[in-house]
Amino acid sequence: MPAAPSTIFQKKKKQVLESWINGQLTNDILREDLISNEESRAQSEELLDALLQKMTAESSGNGQADADHLMELLEEISVTRARKGYSPKETGLYMFSLKEALLTTLNEEIRNDPALLYEESLKVNRLMDNLAVLTFETFIKSREEVILRQTDEMAEISTPVIRVWDGILALPIIGTLDSSRTQVVMENLLSQIVETGSSIAILDISGVPAVDSLVAQHLIKTVSATRLMGAECIISGIRPEIAQTVVHLGIDLSGIITKASLASALNYAFNALRLEVRRTKPAL
Amino acid sequence: MEKIPILKMGPFLLVTIQVDLYDRLALNLESDLIQMVNKISAKGVLIDISAVNIVDSFMGRILGNIANMSRILDAQTVVVGMQPAVAITLVELGLPLHGVRTALNVEKGMALLQSMLPVTSTEENTEDDSIAV
Amino acid sequence: MAIAKEQDVVPFRNRVREVAVKIKMGLVNQTKLITAASELVRNMLRYANGGKILIEVVSKGRSNGIRLTFMDNGPGIADINLAMKDGYSTGKSLGLGLPGARRLADEFTMQSEVGKGTSVTIIKW
Repeated sequence: MPAAPSTIFQKKKKQVLESWINGQLTNDILREDLISNEESRAQSEELLDALLQKMTAESSGNGQADADHLMELLEEISVTRARKGYSPKETGLYMFSLKEALLTTLNEEIRNDPALLYEESLKVNRLMDNLAVLTFETFIKSREEVILRQTDEMAEISTPVIRVWDGILALPIIGTLDSSRTQVVMENLLSQIVETGSSIAILDISGVPAVDSLVAQHLIKTVSATRLMGAECIISGIRPEIAQTVVHLGIDLSGIITKASLASALNYAFNALRLEVRRTKPAL
Repeated sequence: MEKIPILKMGPFLLVTIQVDLYDRLALNLESDLIQMVNKISAKGVLIDISAVNIVDSFMGRILGNIANMSRILDAQTVVVGMQPAVAITLVELGLPLHGVRTALNVEKGMALLQSMLPVTSTEENTEDDSIAV
Repeated sequence: MAIAKEQDVVPFRNRVREVAVKIKMGLVNQTKLITAASELVRNMLRYANGGKILIEVVSKGRSNGIRLTFMDNGPGIADINLAMKDGYSTGKSLGLGLPGARRLADEFTMQSEVGKGTSVTIIKW
């Protein structure tokens, strides 16, 4: 009775490992610049051990713990490789060259029984393909997390709050304003008003290309909230196109103080705080 | 039963709300406050809500009531210290809060009340008393 | 949670706050949720003498939210559309409770049968 594949692999483990590493070399995916060869070999050996462990345990009927361990290990390898800079193709080929090594070994051992060889090869094929898909998924997931984190960071830095004067804040907004960004701006503005004790905030939207009715609503709400807290909010830098859109959309901005430029908004703010700017006498 | 303390500062009354106002407490506050306004002929009421996390329509009504009652007795009401999250929620809720003036903090609120004080006759005379040289 | 008298409102609000903090809800959303809940619980007390509130954590993909269901056996609401209009009030209040709660929540559903009771559900993510 021919031996079970898992037994074969265990026996020929060293051979499988060598064959696999050779495959990696041939496919030029070792990337010594990213991971040292020793580390790579150790990693591959660990993975192979875990895989064989699972296969053996499975054939005896209770492989869940080993299967979990294999999954964990695979995910870990995939994530570290993604972070180091391996391309998904390289990580994919990593798995596929293992598959090849396994299949080649299988072929050598069960050569005499084509039917069995085919059956076992199919099983190995299926298993390895599933594992390869897992590495792809993990890779993509970790990339998504990086993107999400970067989006958050970008949202934070793109709305600075500037104390232009004692009691006057200016917020220049650059880029498109969507619903969620406007919320962030609103919350930021209000908490800064409390922290700095400023009574006037100037929201400059000259860097905003377009304003739709939803954004306009949010801006109006921001002004209302500022007033509720006992401060005032001026909107400056309204481009003629935006003024047009606002009127066409039928949005009522009559309760809001609007100025064309940041300079005139500042002028208004100084007046409101009863501050005066005077030219001093030139030095003699 | 707990009572909310009302402090006297010159012609003004200062109330700091630090607990959740449930119905009976709120009604007591209203009547206590109005009695005090009457007693000292207060010219202004300052309500500090910097410690209040939630303002619902009930609380809004209380604030409005206090402002209205005080105005009848010739006193102005200023609400100070509204938290940003509360302000945003109130705008969304659609609470009008008419007749309630607001300021950022107690200091600014006091300044506002001072500015709304009617100018008394003694002050006017002082200006005319400057001696011409 | 069972609500029977006005002293129950504060513990209820605190409980909602606890759950919201546990699922890391932002402060503004917390405030909106608790304010909406406050409106609805007041309605329950005033018109139906109390009732039951179910507090649940719900998930949609990666985000978590809170679902509050207010159930009472009160008189019920005859005309829901009318009740949802700003300023309409059968009591002496501002009439902002129901429509306000709807604006503050992300999802809002209401069922009512005259003589049987009312059930309002809100979700905030």
